[in-house]
Amino acid sequence: MMSWEFFREWFLPGIWITIQVLVYSAVLSAVVAFVIGTLRTSRFWIVRFLAGAYFEIFRGMSALIFMFWMAFAVPLMLGWQFVPLWSGTLALGLTYGAYGSEIVRGALAAVPAAQREAGIALSFTRWQRLRRIELPQAFPEMVPPFNNLLIELLKGTSLVSVIAVADMTFAGNLLRLAKNESAPIYTLLLVLYFILAFILTRLMRMLERRAKAGVGRAPEKRNGLLSRKLSPSGESMQASTQGAGGLG
Amino acid sequence: MTFDWEVVEDFMPRFLDGVLVTLQALALGTLIAFALGLVWAMAQRAPQRWVRWPVTAVTEFIRNTPLLVQLFFLFYVVPQWGPSMSPLTTGIVGLGLHYSTYTAEVYRAGIDGVPVGQWEAAKALSLSRGRTWSSVILPQAIRRVVPALGNYVVAMLKDSPMIAVIGALDMLGEARQFSNETFTTEAITIVGVAFIVIAYPASLLIRVLERRLVNNT
Repeated sequence: MMSWEFFREWFLPGIWITIQVLVYSAVLSAVVAFVIGTLRTSRFWIVRFLAGAYFEIFRGMSALIFMFWMAFAVPLMLGWQFVPLWSGTLALGLTYGAYGSEIVRGALAAVPAAQREAGIALSFTRWQRLRRIELPQAFPEMVPPFNNLLIELLKGTSLVSVIAVADMTFAGNLLRLAKNESAPIYTLLLVLYFILAFILTRLMRMLERRAKAGVGRAPEKRNGLLSRKLSPSGESMQASTQGAGGLG
Repeated sequence: MTFDWEVVEDFMPRFLDGVLVTLQALALGTLIAFALGLVWAMAQRAPQRWVRWPVTAVTEFIRNTPLLVQLFFLFYVVPQWGPSMSPLTTGIVGLGLHYSTYTAEVYRAGIDGVPVGQWEAAKALSLSRGRTWSSVILPQAIRRVVPALGNYVVAMLKDSPMIAVIGALDMLGEARQFSNETFTTEAITIVGVAFIVIAYPASLLIRVLERRLVNNT
């Protein structure tokens, strides 16, 4: 049976690696999401086209295959050697960043056109409008779908085990080989992921409440509250289709 | 950086085998996900608490844990208690089970979207519970969730390579084996490109479907 010794020696470092991969790839995908998402609203068609192509390519790709490719094919082709942790993080960040860019683009598109026009009337530059008008208003809309995406990313981190990053899943597989038993190991592993997801959901909900409190202070308060009140079920529908859109 | 087309030629027959296996896993996995998801969604609306509660707990658990670990669990743990399954069968069951928890949410949203008056009308006509579901609620609910379900088919396609990790010879499985035998990288590149080539038209198709259905309602 599994003992505390084994847990401490194998799973604890694995949990730590999983958290590291999660944090690094979440930061990377947030950056990618904001850059690609805002570029997809650019005035110049070529910029829009390139950012859109990025989105379509990564949305159409399987994260696992991309990870294999980053870990084995790219080093062979270029003659470089990546640390597995970084190929894994890069693959996850670039893939989930593409899903996130759709969230950013959608939220920006949902900002009332009059707000953009007001910015133009004040002769704000494009960057000023984005930073001071559009993104602050779009942000609260992005938080719930981004939380869903973060849970997807947490589950996605298990993929790094196939390129020999010693995360939780990798520790579980090693233990199965070493101890020749699987039921307690994989059950524990599933429970650990569930607990991590649970903690993450709680953390994010706290953040979400803060973001909503922020909307309360913003001038478009009435608008935001009204749309939420009108469609409680519509919101859940949107959340589920948003998740699908992000994934699919 | 070189790309050797002769290697690609050698890989082609096995690639096509892999494509067939991927499509097979996708088709059967979709069937399971669509059918089981509907069962979950209806069970979550059951009047009995002892049905609702465990179903919600199980689906939440499956949704919040990684498919990859679930596949390991199905492949290494389940045979100790019950039937042992081939890697492909395990993969199909795993994909179907995992995505059924997502489709359950989609169905749930669709069922919630059916106006309350429809339930009341069915009650007023004293339709049985089964009849209410089959003739009144589901026909209205399923129509509006088709695009969202379609998105999950594309998502499932992209997660299907995970079955290679437990040894199924799908597109990625074949590519991995081929690369290990020949020490080349072309096979994995080809499979990656193939995914984009398949997934892009599929998602376009769903967008068209979405627009059609929205216009018709």
